Amino acid sequence: MTIDLEVDPTKKPDRRDDDQEALLVVENLTVTFPTDDGDVKAVRGVSYTVRAGESIGIVGESGSGKSVSSLAVMGLLPRSARINGSVRFRGQELLGMDETEYSRLRGNRIAMIFQDPLTSLNPVYTIGYQIAEAVLAHNKVSHDQARKRAIELLGIVGIPFPEQRVDSFPHELSGGMRQRVVIAIAMTNNPDVIIADEPTTALDVTVQAQVLEALEAARDATGAALVLITHDLGVIAGHAKRICVMYAGKLVETGSTEDVFYRPRMPYTLGLLGSLPRMDQQRQERLTPIKGSPPSLLNLPPGCPFTPRCPIAEEICDREEPALEEVAGSGHAAACHFRNRTADASASDLFSSESETAAAPRGDDEVSAQ
Amino acid sequence: MLVFVIRRLLISIPVLLASTVLTFVIVKLSGDPLLYLKQRQPRPPQSFIDQQAHTLWLDRSWPVQYWHWISNLLLHGYWGPPVQGHNDVGSEIVSAFGVTARLVIVSVVIALVLAVLTGVISAVKQYSLTDYTTTTIGFVFLSMPVFWFAILLKQGGLWFNSKTGTHFFGTIGERSIPPITDTSFGAQFGDIMGHLILPVIVLGLVGYASWSRFTRASMLEVLNSDYVRLARSKGLSRRRVLVRHALRTALIPLTTVTALDVAALLGGAIITEHVFQWNGMGTLFLTALNTIDFNVMLGWLIVTATIVILFNLVADILYGILDPRIRHA
Amino acid sequence: MLEINEKSDVEAPSAPSKTEREFTVKERSQWRMALRRFLRHRVATASVFVFLLLILFAFVGPLVWKYDYINYTNDISQPPTLKHPFGTDSTGFDQFAVVMRGTAQSLKVAFIIGIVGTLAGALWGVVAGYIGTWVDSGLMRVADLILTIPALALAAALARSGGGTLVLIGLVLAAVSAPYVARVVRGVVLSLREREFIEASRALGASHWRIMLRHLLPNTVPVLLVNATLLIAQGILAETALSYVGFGIQPPDTSLGVLITTAQGALDSRPWLFYFPGIFIILIALSVNFIGDGLRDALDPRQTRERR
Repeated sequence: MTIDLEVDPTKKPDRRDDDQEALLVVENLTVTFPTDDGDVKAVRGVSYTVRAGESIGIVGESGSGKSVSSLAVMGLLPRSARINGSVRFRGQELLGMDETEYSRLRGNRIAMIFQDPLTSLNPVYTIGYQIAEAVLAHNKVSHDQARKRAIELLGIVGIPFPEQRVDSFPHELSGGMRQRVVIAIAMTNNPDVIIADEPTTALDVTVQAQVLEALEAARDATGAALVLITHDLGVIAGHAKRICVMYAGKLVETGSTEDVFYRPRMPYTLGLLGSLPRMDQQRQERLTPIKGSPPSLLNLPPGCPFTPRCPIAEEICDREEPALEEVAGSGHAAACHFRNRTADASASDLFSSESETAAAPRGDDEVSAQ
Repeated sequence: MLVFVIRRLLISIPVLLASTVLTFVIVKLSGDPLLYLKQRQPRPPQSFIDQQAHTLWLDRSWPVQYWHWISNLLLHGYWGPPVQGHNDVGSEIVSAFGVTARLVIVSVVIALVLAVLTGVISAVKQYSLTDYTTTTIGFVFLSMPVFWFAILLKQGGLWFNSKTGTHFFGTIGERSIPPITDTSFGAQFGDIMGHLILPVIVLGLVGYASWSRFTRASMLEVLNSDYVRLARSKGLSRRRVLVRHALRTALIPLTTVTALDVAALLGGAIITEHVFQWNGMGTLFLTALNTIDFNVMLGWLIVTATIVILFNLVADILYGILDPRIRHA
Repeated sequence: MLEINEKSDVEAPSAPSKTEREFTVKERSQWRMALRRFLRHRVATASVFVFLLLILFAFVGPLVWKYDYINYTNDISQPPTLKHPFGTDSTGFDQFAVVMRGTAQSLKVAFIIGIVGTLAGALWGVVAGYIGTWVDSGLMRVADLILTIPALALAAALARSGGGTLVLIGLVLAAVSAPYVARVVRGVVLSLREREFIEASRALGASHWRIMLRHLLPNTVPVLLVNATLLIAQGILAETALSYVGFGIQPPDTSLGVLITTAQGALDSRPWLFYFPGIFIILIALSVNFIGDGLRDALDPRQTRERR
């Protein structure tokens, strides 16, 4: 049962990725936070395009800038943040847009799902109220209709007995169910783009699958494009067609999922994949973690930020930061000076502990993709 | 919900009873009620003093005295005899209570409304000039001796009166003495208001200062929360996010703080009434304390303790209404 | 805030190789970071100086000033002049010296209230919070009971028959303030008790005392410091209020509260007797309040203060 919400018929395109218009174009986005220790350059020039109905994943460890860049798209960064570059949605520039206009887009054309379901929902209002609020903010309908829509949405995301659950409070639901409510809120007005910022990170593995299922159901129902942000490569593999890998505030590799997973070029990506335990591969070698920690974004020296942890780093890496350039011409790009050398390398080739690498920093933790 | 309320009510009763015991001990510790007799020149004969002691039950053991007092109060509604004079302790307390209630209620309402407004504006415009100004003013008010400021206000009121040739600010008492001849409601109301302004400013001041700081801190915390961020991401208007999501949640702890501050306010009323010479509970207590009029003291302490416990109960219930998590616990 | 005593973050290695670079920010211990945060709070830092000046004024002043509070001069009821910067009263006492003495006494009372009240409350709260069960209930019921009685009334009643010495007033007001601190500290202890590092300590075989002293107590220090400043500031105002209702410090002892109480009738004729002591009370309470605010900012790491 669907409700007539004055849905614009041109809003629901087919889910064919090619030849579609570019819905969201992020160009050279930079975000800097002033702190008392200096300027923290959280995002240092990120560009990507999201087409109608497609799904892209942004992978990176904590501090790589992936969440900040999507908060910038939504216009939800604190006032002290300095944002440069361009974010265009359907041709309209979002950065610097008036707040009232921005509100009309948020929750309507672009929606967001946040990481921690236990704190994302307001504890004093029922979940039905919070979903209906999203309906009523952008549509002139009655409260009854909004409530019906809320029940419908709860059904789509897989909440059992939605007619009763609609009057529950958030604390009466488990984490996984709450996250599904958040997904329901995001899909309320059939947005064009859904940004999911680490939607499964705070949840148990068994619950993760359910939440991801709900996310797919939301995409099916709304035809929205998905920007999936996570540090979990396993989650990305099943739900994104294209992948962008972020490191220290910049994209270091982009391409289709197959390209990035099976033919990675940038050593960081190789390291990530190499540290991932895989059930689908016969593995004779040990896991190869990447030694060291991500750099501080306060005093980034020139050159490639991955250099101290990179096994094939050379002098040029210290001097010059590599640009994100295409490798094979198939839309697969990597930011590494040796992008052509790494063509058929595997992680253990580069990262094995016996090979002569630069001395790793002492007192380190080991970094894995988990 | 009902279970919640009943549970809270039942817990309050033993607290109140324990409070009567504590009250009794404190009054006993505060001094000898018959000291005035013993210090009189010439000293009355010991037999007279002993007779007074016996009439007032002062020669029995403490537990017996306690029981005598509390059973009289609860079973017969009798507050006990005054140490000197013949006033009815009960009716004195009641009339004084009416006067003080007026002062406290008006002060609390005005202080609370102003505090919430200021706190919210300060939080939303954090680090702005408005924020710094109001925060600093709040700090100064928190650091001022209440009666010092009250006396200054009183002087100011008198100065204003003399400059304008009116009696706009009533600085003595809660009504004009002798009462004004115009018995119309407007004139009477104006008279009461004129006498109310300055004491309300004084009593409300400290409450305002601490509550606005608290609101500001609470709002700041809420404004940075995940659910406010989600509300914004839904595309709700700034105002709606502010009122329906931020303020609504930020006000919840304020209810507890306000209720807890009731005790402090009743103490503050002592000073305010003394400065402006109101015949309220504050003055009553001071007079009783000076003469160790112990039944009046007991009555006063018990009434205030009841009010405080009652307000804590109300705050608890209010918290349960406002925050569903507490209700369902 | 402190958790198990550990240093933070990764150190840069001492022997850099060809691909090593200084990527991390300089390591700092937590206390130094707290100090930095405090110093950033300009008003609080300024208040420290003001407070120190007040202490100097009260305790070193009498040693260098030509008049004292015991011997009266021949100048009666004079307004402030260069000779007598704060004027004189009807007996001829130089008010500058008198206010020095009053400040000293008030500071002493305030410190008694602050230190005794905080320590008593802390002990109360830690024991209640850590032991739990009926001990906790009992101790907290007592605290709540004390808090149902208006502090001024309670203090006045207790102080009435005690003789009105400085120490007694300080102790009475400390006793009245301790339940509040106990409540706060108990809350902190309750939240700490559930944290894993306590469980870990128990698993390693630490005794209850060791846990209370080595782990719980250090983590309550920030709360204690902030509350101590609160008690000091409120203490001075409470002492003033007690003096006003007549049950505070009695002559021959003096304090700023006593001074303004005796001067209230002179507001028209000799306002300097009323204003100066009052201003000093405000200065003390205000500076301590600001210091407390700065401490709260400095010791609470959850507050992220962006540069304006």
